[in-house]
Amino acid sequence: MPVLTYREAIRAALSEEIERDPNVVIMGEEVAQFNGAYKVTEGMLEKYGPKRIVDTPISEAGFIGMGIGASMLGIRPVMELMFWSFYSVAFDQIVNNAANVRYMSGGQIACPIVIRGPANGGTNVGATHSHTVENILAHHPGLKVVVPSNAADAKALMKTAIRDNDPVMFLENTILYGEKGEVPEGDITLPFGRAAIARTGKDLTIVTYGRCVLHSLAAAETLRASKGFDIEIIDLRTIRPLDVDTILRSVAKTHRLLIVEEQRPYCSIGSHIAAIVQEEAFDELDAPILRVGTIDAPSIYSPPVEKQQIPNVDRVIAGILRLL
Amino acid sequence: MSKKSPESAETKSDACAVKPSTHASAPVNAALSNAQRIELYRKMVRIRRFEERCLPVYNSGKIGGFLHLYIGQEAVAVGACSLMGKDDHVITAYRDHGHAIAVGMDTKPLMAELYGKITGCSKGKGGSMHYFAPDLNYWGGHGIVGGQIPLGTGLAYAVKYQGKKGAAMAFMGDGAVNQGAVHEAYNLAALWDLPVLFVIENNGYSMGTSQERSSAGELGKRAEAYDMKFYICGGHDVYEVRATLDAALTRAREQSKPAVVEIDTYRYRGHSVADPDKTYRDRAEIEDYRKTKDPIQVFQNQLVLEKVLTPALIEEIDAEARAESERAVEFAEASPFPTAADIQKDVYWETDQPKRTSEGRIFFNQP
Ligand SMILES: Cc1ncc(C[n+]2csc(CCOP(=O)(O)OP(=O)(O)O)c2C)c(N)n1
Ligand SMILES: [Mg+2]
Repeated sequence: MPVLTYREAIRAALSEEIERDPNVVIMGEEVAQFNGAYKVTEGMLEKYGPKRIVDTPISEAGFIGMGIGASMLGIRPVMELMFWSFYSVAFDQIVNNAANVRYMSGGQIACPIVIRGPANGGTNVGATHSHTVENILAHHPGLKVVVPSNAADAKALMKTAIRDNDPVMFLENTILYGEKGEVPEGDITLPFGRAAIARTGKDLTIVTYGRCVLHSLAAAETLRASKGFDIEIIDLRTIRPLDVDTILRSVAKTHRLLIVEEQRPYCSIGSHIAAIVQEEAFDELDAPILRVGTIDAPSIYSPPVEKQQIPNVDRVIAGILRLL
Repeated sequence: MSKKSPESAETKSDACAVKPSTHASAPVNAALSNAQRIELYRKMVRIRRFEERCLPVYNSGKIGGFLHLYIGQEAVAVGACSLMGKDDHVITAYRDHGHAIAVGMDTKPLMAELYGKITGCSKGKGGSMHYFAPDLNYWGGHGIVGGQIPLGTGLAYAVKYQGKKGAAMAFMGDGAVNQGAVHEAYNLAALWDLPVLFVIENNGYSMGTSQERSSAGELGKRAEAYDMKFYICGGHDVYEVRATLDAALTRAREQSKPAVVEIDTYRYRGHSVADPDKTYRDRAEIEDYRKTKDPIQVFQNQLVLEKVLTPALIEEIDAEARAESERAVEFAEASPFPTAADIQKDVYWETDQPKRTSEGRIFFNQP
């Protein structure tokens, strides 16, 4: 199987979908001539031309809203936010228009748009550029939220996202862009709402997604070597829809749950999952559900301190040790 | 406005061929003492040397995140901020080092901020894009394109509300003019006669996108739709910047009228240090500007012509600016980092006080 970076895997999905469906259009700041701020769309302008790969002005509310409008007539725009942090400029378009138009029209209008870009901390770009917005997006019924942790999933989920008839918010990670993985060639898709079991185990379940899957795997390996712990890791892949069944099955096996997320803990994805698990599997739990997330403050710039603010392997290990 | 004026394309010769300033006799410039002229020059040199010194630090990995250099644009911040009175305020975007030095911030805490040290101007919390000095009427340093423009309008609102005769200068790039918030701010300012100047530093590019590829129509002219006056001026000549902004500021302070000021300028470096700057402009364009319009060279020539600067003084100013940036690096190197315990300080006013003023749990901590 070919080995691709996460970045290349997304590019492969975008390219294949551009070739498959003439209604797919890619737009965003610097996606075309500059080859993308993070080079996800590198080479695509040259290959597919300026009708399909379009540079926009710095007008997020305008171009995201325009994409939503175009999608109502059957265009399938894939809009890049250079950082998901800039979604706030287009927030009204996303939560009022994209999320609600189907509902408010009594199901008459579909909105098959994809909005994609990186949403992560850890690169010292400060509070304005480090938002992790999956919880805020997932809070809005009508939106779907995708958070791939590896190259193969990124490709398959992106293809699913583009073909989906609802607005899909696709959250990447600048630190993962260079991560390599085996990626099947050709037309691979993954259904939304199906988590992956990234590691099987019986002592404790970690539910996680995105880059935190990597921290969790590293922590699990460390503790297997040093203490013989056998930890199961569930990679959610999508936040909405959420694969609750896989979480519950794992908790029924391990009876202990740690949620690891690059999220501030107040009203996070983890809060939501913890609520569901105690509602639906209270009797399976042998310990309180714990969460490891971002320390509850805006993102600090200072490089060595930011490393401590977001989840890292040491903090995941500390979380596991409180449960085992 | 196209980046290359026909005139600059012709004057390819060395910097000494630069013509004397046509704005030296403007009252606001004629009134300057020699010492004040030298100070304007010195500030520009200090900005440039500071930023040049940042580069190797960034390349050595000691500065994280983004570093947007202002090199080439110095006359804009220095000219504008030199006009500030005690009730005038400034706000800008992420390309904020020049304005910081221009308003009088000390370069030591500026460098320490880049290092992410606790002695930084924002305690290592903001980084390069988020410098602030409210004591100097400098309100940042803002990372979201266009986001500072409504804030600048708010500074003007507050000045007017409190009955002061001041004005706010809200700086943005040529790319920022396409943000909706900018247009909403224009309308508010014009509708309510707020003393704000919307200063567009038009360096021709927003990241890798030229003005022609991002903006319909002329940038300054958009003011007309809001019944606002607009000015267009060159940003390579600090006298011209001062003459233009002085007129606009006086009008803002005395008649409480907003205006748009579009200043034609140029950045020599990539958008940020991470931008290889290979796809969207050619070297010749940069060299051309450097040779014919470099703001420091232009003003140096002017002051030599005026017999205010001598070769010895030029040398001394430069050496001192280099030494200053070296001292800033030493200060930053020697300073400690914040600790994890600092992460949750400065989030709320009330939690920074000895006694909480509200009840309930405000932070949610985990292992
Ligand atoms: C809302 C928002 N969108 C995009 C960005 C990314 N970005 C940062 S600077 C920039 C270009 C801005 O260009 P301009 O306004 O001309 O200012 P200059 O960099 O030339 O000083 C872009 C696209 C951002 N910071 N905020
Ligand atoms: Mg610009």
